[in-house]
Amino acid sequence: MPKHRIAYVKEIPPGSNKVVNIRGREICVFNVGGDFFALLNRCPHEGAKLSRGVVVGLPESKAPGCYKLSRPGEMLRCPWHGWEFDLKTGKSHCDPERMFTKQYKTCVENETAVAERELQAETFPVVVEEATVFVEM
Amino acid sequence: MTVIESPQAGVAKKADAGIIDCDIHPLPKNGKSLYPFLPKRWQEHSEQFGGHLRQPFINTTQYPRSAPLICRRDAWPPSGGPPGSDLDFMREQHLDPFNVINGILIPLFGNVGSERNLGYAQALAMAHNDWQVAEWLDKDARLRGTLVVSQDDPVAAVKEIERCARDRRFVQIMLAPRSSEPLGRQRYWPIYEAAEAHNLPLGIHSYGVGGHASTGGGWPSFYMEEHYATTMGGPATMSSLVLEGVFERFSKLRVVLVEIGFAWVPSFVWRMDRLWERMRSEVPHLDHPPSYYVKRNFWYTTQPMEEPGGSDDLRRTFDWVGWDRLLFSTDYPHWDQDDPAYAFSIKLTPAERRQICRDNAEQFYRF
Ligand code: FES
Repeated sequence: MPKHRIAYVKEIPPGSNKVVNIRGREICVFNVGGDFFALLNRCPHEGAKLSRGVVVGLPESKAPGCYKLSRPGEMLRCPWHGWEFDLKTGKSHCDPERMFTKQYKTCVENETAVAERELQAETFPVVVEEATVFVEM
Repeated sequence: MTVIESPQAGVAKKADAGIIDCDIHPLPKNGKSLYPFLPKRWQEHSEQFGGHLRQPFINTTQYPRSAPLICRRDAWPPSGGPPGSDLDFMREQHLDPFNVINGILIPLFGNVGSERNLGYAQALAMAHNDWQVAEWLDKDARLRGTLVVSQDDPVAAVKEIERCARDRRFVQIMLAPRSSEPLGRQRYWPIYEAAEAHNLPLGIHSYGVGGHASTGGGWPSFYMEEHYATTMGGPATMSSLVLEGVFERFSKLRVVLVEIGFAWVPSFVWRMDRLWERMRSEVPHLDHPPSYYVKRNFWYTTQPMEEPGGSDDLRRTFDWVGWDRLLFSTDYPHWDQDDPAYAFSIKLTPAERRQICRDNAEQFYRF
């Protein structure tokens, strides 16, 4: 699968996201505590842009009256009706088997590695400044 | 590869024939936006004393409820100000992409219908109406206004209706359902008389606060309870209007319940009819069973739409309520707003979609 360069790592600090358009599809790349995850930028419910959602944790409770906040920064609340998605899997928290947003593979590499693999006929000098985030699709 | 630094909000999918959106909430940019339309005396009142609503303590309005200002998180205009306060952004995010051919504004700011200082309520109602004309109706021909009135002062409310009804861009009169007394009581009838005389329907919009607990069992603990509890005001409002005889006296009065749901209507009406058969002597002023008035005088907006799981249940609900009774609404820019392309959990034929999304409202509001 071709890799698409998204950004330098430092351009997407933890907790933030960046939206890119790859082959006509809007993809949103999230930095979750230093790891990158790419989701289709479209809520499976009514289509809101997930990039405009809010990153939250997951409140859990064993019984009424006791609460614990787990997995801080790993859940995304849709900007419209508030459906929650696991940023690491794209799956809805309430109904993970039925409701999910499409996820794409991401990786962080130096640009030279990719340039070599693509065996370009014409090559240009590549300056590697920082690790770079790629999405495969 | 294009990099989109600030993605445009909203779904840019055009609804084929265009829709009439029967519930859009405009908001003043800030607390002073209404001042140009508010006499100095009431500006000062606003600064010194503020509103007197039927809720404990000032500034305890329970926002955020699910989202800041209960709004879509992508609806905050880049120009600043709260969602619903910037007409250009509303056009770009809502009116244009959803192909809204007419949009009905329902101003909720200040909860005017529940204001206890009646002088202030009247001044606020007038300010809201003049503000709608100057800032919205004059600026976009697609928009229509909702007449705000001080409902607990029917004399002033009627005066305000008389003042504004000449402007046909006002298409309904707004009443708050969690009112001082149930809306069928005769103290409100002067408003109904004026409404009928001007052929203006009543738009009764659910409201999160309003002095009375949203459930018969007191105040709920969770927003989730309260969000759906707003529906509970629907039967109370409907039965009061019907059983007090409002529609006997004002047979042409039309009522649209906005954002109160509609799937509860069939079962509630069955119960009312059954009781009427047994107790009609208590309400001898009703010549017909309650269902008669409900079918003749009530309409409903769609959002938030009941979403039954079974594939045909929603269709059957539409059959019961009446396909001609449903008026499509989004509730933009609130968080629970509906996108016309995805709001219906059943497949509609193009004719059915057109009826609910456009034709019904066209007839109801006489566009
Ligand atoms: S569009 Fe995302 S929750 Fe509805």
